[in-house]
Amino acid sequence: MECILKVDGVSKQFGGLEILKDLSFHVNKGERIGIIGPNGAGKSTFFNLLTGDLAPSKGNVFYKDKDITTEPNYKRARRGIVRTFQKNNLLVPLTVLDNLLLVLQRKHGISRTWFKIRNQKQYETLYNEADELLQRWGLKHQRNVKVESLSYGEQRQIEIMLGVATNPDVLLLDEPTAGMSQSETNYIVQLLHELPKDLTLMIIEHDLEVIFGIAERMIVLYDKHILIDDSPDVVRKDPQVNQIYIGTEGAV
Amino acid sequence: MNNTYVKFIAVLVLIAAAPFFLPLFHINLLSEILILAIFALSLNVMMGYAGMVSLGHAAFFGTGAYAAGIMAQNASANMIFTLAGAVVLSLVLAGIVGLFCMKVSGFYFLMLTLAFSQMVYSFVYQANQWTGGSNGLSGIPSPVLFGFSFSNSVWVYYLIGLIFLLIFAGLRVLVKSPFGQILIGIRENETRLKSMGYNTSMYKYAAFIISGVIGGMSGALYTYFNGFIAPSDVYWTMSGTVLIMVLVGGAGTMTGPVLGAALIVLLETVVAAYTDMWMLILGSVFIIFVIFFPSGIHGILQDTLNKWQKPKLNPDVKSVKREQI
Repeated sequence: MECILKVDGVSKQFGGLEILKDLSFHVNKGERIGIIGPNGAGKSTFFNLLTGDLAPSKGNVFYKDKDITTEPNYKRARRGIVRTFQKNNLLVPLTVLDNLLLVLQRKHGISRTWFKIRNQKQYETLYNEADELLQRWGLKHQRNVKVESLSYGEQRQIEIMLGVATNPDVLLLDEPTAGMSQSETNYIVQLLHELPKDLTLMIIEHDLEVIFGIAERMIVLYDKHILIDDSPDVVRKDPQVNQIYIGTEGAV
Repeated sequence: MNNTYVKFIAVLVLIAAAPFFLPLFHINLLSEILILAIFALSLNVMMGYAGMVSLGHAAFFGTGAYAAGIMAQNASANMIFTLAGAVVLSLVLAGIVGLFCMKVSGFYFLMLTLAFSQMVYSFVYQANQWTGGSNGLSGIPSPVLFGFSFSNSVWVYYLIGLIFLLIFAGLRVLVKSPFGQILIGIRENETRLKSMGYNTSMYKYAAFIISGVIGGMSGALYTYFNGFIAPSDVYWTMSGTVLIMVLVGGAGTMTGPVLGAALIVLLETVVAAYTDMWMLILGSVFIIFVIFFPSGIHGILQDTLNKWQKPKLNPDVKSVKREQI
């Protein structure tokens, strides 16, 4: 198995407050990893360290054997480590299409073009790709609607679509179904299942039904470190997990 | 033919025809409006599109104006030479100032640009032997192009009109290009743009330099038009005035800054005939726009046009949101 992401002895402190301590693990290409842990366990911080939104206080992050610890987030995104946000983080006054085109135009290598107006006629392949994605994500009818006037669930969908749009190598989903209705959640889960098999997926999620449905491997974060890194079945049965994460009452 | 081209040609014809039926006083007024419109358009690139509000844009206007003026007086009045001098000097200034200003954002960016522009102002004020200090530079020779001297106000007006049209057309393409769309993206949500893989600092820096260079060009044109430069053209009130032009006209639009420049220049001319309290009037106009018409003249026109064109189809057309600015 090809190792795509490796974290080696990473710690993160904010002043005197230690969030993560001496984390080590590696991720193989195409793995589907679920990350759970109680609130404040450092799950989002952990993501931020992988994407470069935060720099670790100690330790190193490797991507395909290359040390990327000091690389800023935009460079990591170009390498193919792409994230979605826990709270919708979109360009709300722009249309759905414009949001998507901004993601796609970098992939098409036209971001520095300043002497040509961006429209359907000039950039046909760009617009066609955007339309295909909108079709696949069931957002075609909202193509020219401003994001701010869409429902929360639809915005959530766009949040994830923007992450997938660039065909990343590693996709980090921070609570993708948070605040969504059951039918919307099912729809997203189905779309996540349809993602290409060689895409590495890491998901933070509170909805255990969702995460056990997708993940092949689970990482449980608790008290600054990795408590368990094993298959979903092991995690499901683990008494300590049940105790700290789900509560004492019964199994999952 | 495309609607945009029709509009563009209509404006071109209007600018070209104006001297045939307007008195010289009004032509000079038009020249001033067009120069300040270019100046406002230049600020609009970084402020209206990339969302970086500057209170030091007069530094570039003044640099361009003084560069062109000093070169015309001491070396040659050849327009290619003086305009190139203005462009290069404002490019260098924007390049240096931009390096520092890119480190900060929001309020700190505003204060830093203000500080840099006041440094330029005090340099202009102190460097007597070149800039004339508090007296300014006067008697600057008219620009010469291929042996032709623009000594007549109407010729200067045509020169300004031509450059205005070129810059307007160029910037219109720029803001609608993929590059321009990234600037809008940065204005709306820089974090997202970074996570999309954009080096936003580089794009902001580019926008800052484009703004500075075009601001410098407008300063050079002002020298051609006026034949005189005063240190007050570099003072921070000048930065404030152009900022008001952009906001009153409608930031983040192409026609807004032009309309804003026209309104402020016309208002100043009219008001000056009756009272000395121009700043009081300017302040009131600004307050009225900020409170009642936050999307500026452009927004008012847009709303009126929408109501007029399709009264039933658009019950909830919202004007361009502007609180980011």
